[in-house]
Amino acid sequence: MKVAVCEYGAGNVRSVVTAFERLGVSARATTSPAEVAAADLAVLPGVGCSGSAMEGLRTHGLDVALQERVAAGGATLGICLGLQLALDESEEDGGVSGLGIIPGRAVRLRTERVPRIGWAEVEPDGNAYYFAHSYAAETPAAVSRSEGIVAAAESGSFLGVQFHPEKSGEAGARFLARCLSRV
Amino acid sequence: MPLPRLIPCLDVAGGRVVKGVRFQGLTEVGDPVELAAAYSNAGADELVFLDIEATLEGRGLLEELVARVADRLAIPFTVGGGVRDVRDAQALLEAGADKVTVNSAALARPALVSELAARLGAQAVVVAIDAAGGEVYTRAGTERARRDVVAWAREVEQRGAGEILLTSIDTDGTREGYDLEVTRAVADAVSVPVIASGGAGSARHVAEALEIAQAALLASIVHENPARLTSLREELRELGVPLRNAA
Repeated sequence: MKVAVCEYGAGNVRSVVTAFERLGVSARATTSPAEVAAADLAVLPGVGCSGSAMEGLRTHGLDVALQERVAAGGATLGICLGLQLALDESEEDGGVSGLGIIPGRAVRLRTERVPRIGWAEVEPDGNAYYFAHSYAAETPAAVSRSEGIVAAAESGSFLGVQFHPEKSGEAGARFLARCLSRV
Repeated sequence: MPLPRLIPCLDVAGGRVVKGVRFQGLTEVGDPVELAAAYSNAGADELVFLDIEATLEGRGLLEELVARVADRLAIPFTVGGGVRDVRDAQALLEAGADKVTVNSAALARPALVSELAARLGAQAVVVAIDAAGGEVYTRAGTERARRDVVAWAREVEQRGAGEILLTSIDTDGTREGYDLEVTRAVADAVSVPVIASGGAGSARHVAEALEIAQAALLASIVHENPARLTSLREELRELGVPLRNAA
């Protein structure tokens, strides 16, 4: 089992790689579209801002690599900003075009405190996971929610999660193990 | 709102954990990675590491420590002490930290907060404010910054801070309870999450702080005995504070 973690200047790549290694699989950070295409599971992590993140993806040709991978049915996991980048667009940074893998857009949160930071329960999953975000997906492809906010969205072979499984302790590790078991 | 967070804080110097009372009289209490792992197992929601010496020679040690912590833990952690520019902050994030905290450097040059938020995203930028008598202090609580606490909190929020770590110098290390007055003043003034810090001595103190702030920093109350975090969480649940199920 080979996991390719996209490295494009906007990810907590090290934490994601480590989280998969703990599960006993070979995970590698990569800027290479070929490695992303060849992996059993590709991961698009992401923290920071949409504008510079999309630029980073384009610089390495990872935008097209991810689109082609998902079109071909290759299992792909987007985390946090990685979910938001997979949408059609984001209203962050004055409007940013996304990868168009998942229908919908990322919109600014209207919660009491923004950024929304901390552990929150995800339904129907039932576990609490760690969130840290100021934008969230509005999408018909939502498959789970947390306090009404989209926590996960799925379209074809792409699953995007708003929370950080790699930072969500035991529950996060179990979530990643389930992702691997579906590949 | 996400669940209230308990955040053990590890003051580190020269790669070891230390703890002072009212910012003075440091004593060594243990190895950071071992303590961090113990806290994580005991149900810590996050961790904060503050390098209180933050010497130039110590930078390498700090990054090495961050990498060791990141390899061992699967919960978020914040690192601060001596972050002066975007490059310092990026080095810590690349080593595996999730957030950085800035204090004196932001007071000396407030534009630093804007730069960090633009480059790293607001969620990675925690501005630490040391307060006494409604005033901000700088340089580890040794000097007046000549700024009002609430005004400074508002300014850093506008500049893109994602969280405010508010420490009351008056109550720090005393175990007599958090400074609820200054915590409420700041929490009411900003819409980013506020982490209350300084003075936790009992579960009731922590519960009081969590009614106002979104997270509570825990230092001396848990340092000598990480297992105290486990009992503290039970006591907080009995007081009706909703905490995550860490199992």
